[in-house]
Amino acid sequence: MALLELASISKHFGAIQAVNDVSLSLEAGEVTGLMGDNGAGKSTLVKMIAGNFRPSHGAMRLEGTELVMHRPVDARRHGIEIVHQDLALCDNLTAAANVFLGRELRVGVGPFRILDYASMYKRAGQIFAELKSETRPRDLVKQMSGGQRQAVAIARTMLSKAKIVLMDEPTAAISVRQVAEVLNLIRHLRDQGLAVVLISHRMPDVFSVADRVIVMRRGRKVADKKIADSSPEEVTGLITGAIERA
Amino acid sequence: MTTTLDQTIEQKQHTWLTSITSNQTFWVVIAVILACIFLSFATESFATSKNLYNITRNVTFVAIIALGMTLVIITGGIDLSVGSVLCLCSMVLAVTMNAGYSLEIGILASLGTAIIVGLFNGILIAYLGFPPFVVTLGMLSLARSLAMVASNNTVVFQFGPDHDLLLALGGGAWLFGIANPVLYMIALALLTGFVLRWTRFGRHVFAIGGNEHAATLTGVPVRPIKVAVYVISALSAGIAGIIQTGWLGAVTTNIGAGMELQVIAAAVIGGANLAGGVGTAFGALVGAALIEVIRNSLGLLGINAFWQGTFIGGAIILAVLFDRIRNLRQSQ
Ligand SMILES: Nc1ncnc2c1ncn2[C@@H]1O[C@H](COP(=O)(O)OP(=O)(O)OP(=O)(O)O)[C@@H](O)[C@H]1O
Ligand SMILES: [Mg+2]
Repeated sequence: MALLELASISKHFGAIQAVNDVSLSLEAGEVTGLMGDNGAGKSTLVKMIAGNFRPSHGAMRLEGTELVMHRPVDARRHGIEIVHQDLALCDNLTAAANVFLGRELRVGVGPFRILDYASMYKRAGQIFAELKSETRPRDLVKQMSGGQRQAVAIARTMLSKAKIVLMDEPTAAISVRQVAEVLNLIRHLRDQGLAVVLISHRMPDVFSVADRVIVMRRGRKVADKKIADSSPEEVTGLITGAIERA
Repeated sequence: MTTTLDQTIEQKQHTWLTSITSNQTFWVVIAVILACIFLSFATESFATSKNLYNITRNVTFVAIIALGMTLVIITGGIDLSVGSVLCLCSMVLAVTMNAGYSLEIGILASLGTAIIVGLFNGILIAYLGFPPFVVTLGMLSLARSLAMVASNNTVVFQFGPDHDLLLALGGGAWLFGIANPVLYMIALALLTGFVLRWTRFGRHVFAIGGNEHAATLTGVPVRPIKVAVYVISALSAGIAGIIQTGWLGAVTTNIGAGMELQVIAAAVIGGANLAGGVGTAFGALVGAALIEVIRNSLGLLGINAFWQGTFIGGAIILAVLFDRIRNLRQSQ
């Protein structure tokens, strides 16, 4: 049984059909590359899985049961984590505050609970060390480099034991060394039995970590096949439309 | 010297000294202290207990509302209606008590009015996407007009059976000779400071001001929190109104006129950033204090009251100038 199944999912914003009748399934322990031109609907698709948007049509099933989500918190409760394309960081907060945004750790009893700064700094520091990123939990995100910001966004997905991690262009703004770290992290997550979706415009990244590639064009899924059965040339053709479907 | 990754991660960006001196509020505190020292030497009457009593009490009304306003400003909003809401809430209290009801009922009616006003502002802004400036500008006009309707534009100075109790509440000094309004202000400031630093709600208020879109994406309940800050702002105006009524012993329909500007000035002088994401409870008090010290000193020094606006305006611009210089230096 597939971990997550999307059945004929569509999303429109007014007259814009951002995602059109897409069905797919994600398997545990598998990395899926999601590719497509700008505006193809990749981000919209993963945002529906992460509970940011509700699909206009279609259904999602997680481990066989119907998945209805109203808020991002619902998705996280089901073990679905996402790194947003624009990273979704608050510049005026510290790295640790951003990592824990929306699920702050607290100490105390009943309604009298206060933020647990010490634990949040400590845990965020551990995650940054795991990511091999020189990111200081107490620093404001405002002053951080592109790579550090990316590390903060990725660290969010590692807070709790997830089943599915969605990464929307996690390697767009970082150095070669850190790209390798992120790809290693993705492999690591896969080996732990997670399903990972990697959205990227970088062909080498997808071909080095993904087991499967899905190509979207103008809101529709035009290919879904094993990496081993495909090639960068074919995928490029599918993205541009030179190849209609595969 | 080589540092390991763990050492880098453990590093703090600021020592306590650099983080204090890079803080706008710190410099405003210094300004207030210097002004007080100067005035104690330059005038006979500044450092008298009567004058200090007056100053501290006068600060409170602006300061209490500035606490609520600071929350609104941190989320990136603005509330122009506070002066009128103060008037409306005072009038509801006055009319209710004048009709023979008890102080408790009067306060409940008054705060209930504030909550309704705050909900109205907040829901229009958070759920219907109205710009805060427009909604609260409308409320500025609306609330004062309702206060006139409620009182038929008369002065109310009879507060029924609990008349004396109300005057004691606002005009008394129940602890160590400190004026009651000052005690309320300190309690509310401690509460606000605590909420901002130690609660999830406070953290989310900052997150919304820093990047509302990011807050939404990460599952912060942005809209309910925005409604809450406008309710808190209206409540702070209501509380200030109740205290001021007790202190003045009378309510007219022009109390609180123009107060929104003083309140915003206090918050901004105290370090709140109108672009959102920055502000403290302590800053709101300090900003209100600086304004009051300026006002008081001009009177004592015998400077024509017409100059007051110039000095307060100068203080606003100067306080923000510090912040600009620091930012410019950082970006170079
Ligand atoms: N919130 C929104 N409101 C209206 N239209 C939207 C919204 N989000 C996305 N769209 C539209 O939906 C379409 C798909 O956008 P999406 O962001 O999913 O593309 P993408 O494949 O992620 O592109 P990119 O590679 O540039 O990130 C675009 O035409 C976009 O303009
Ligand atoms: Mg995208």
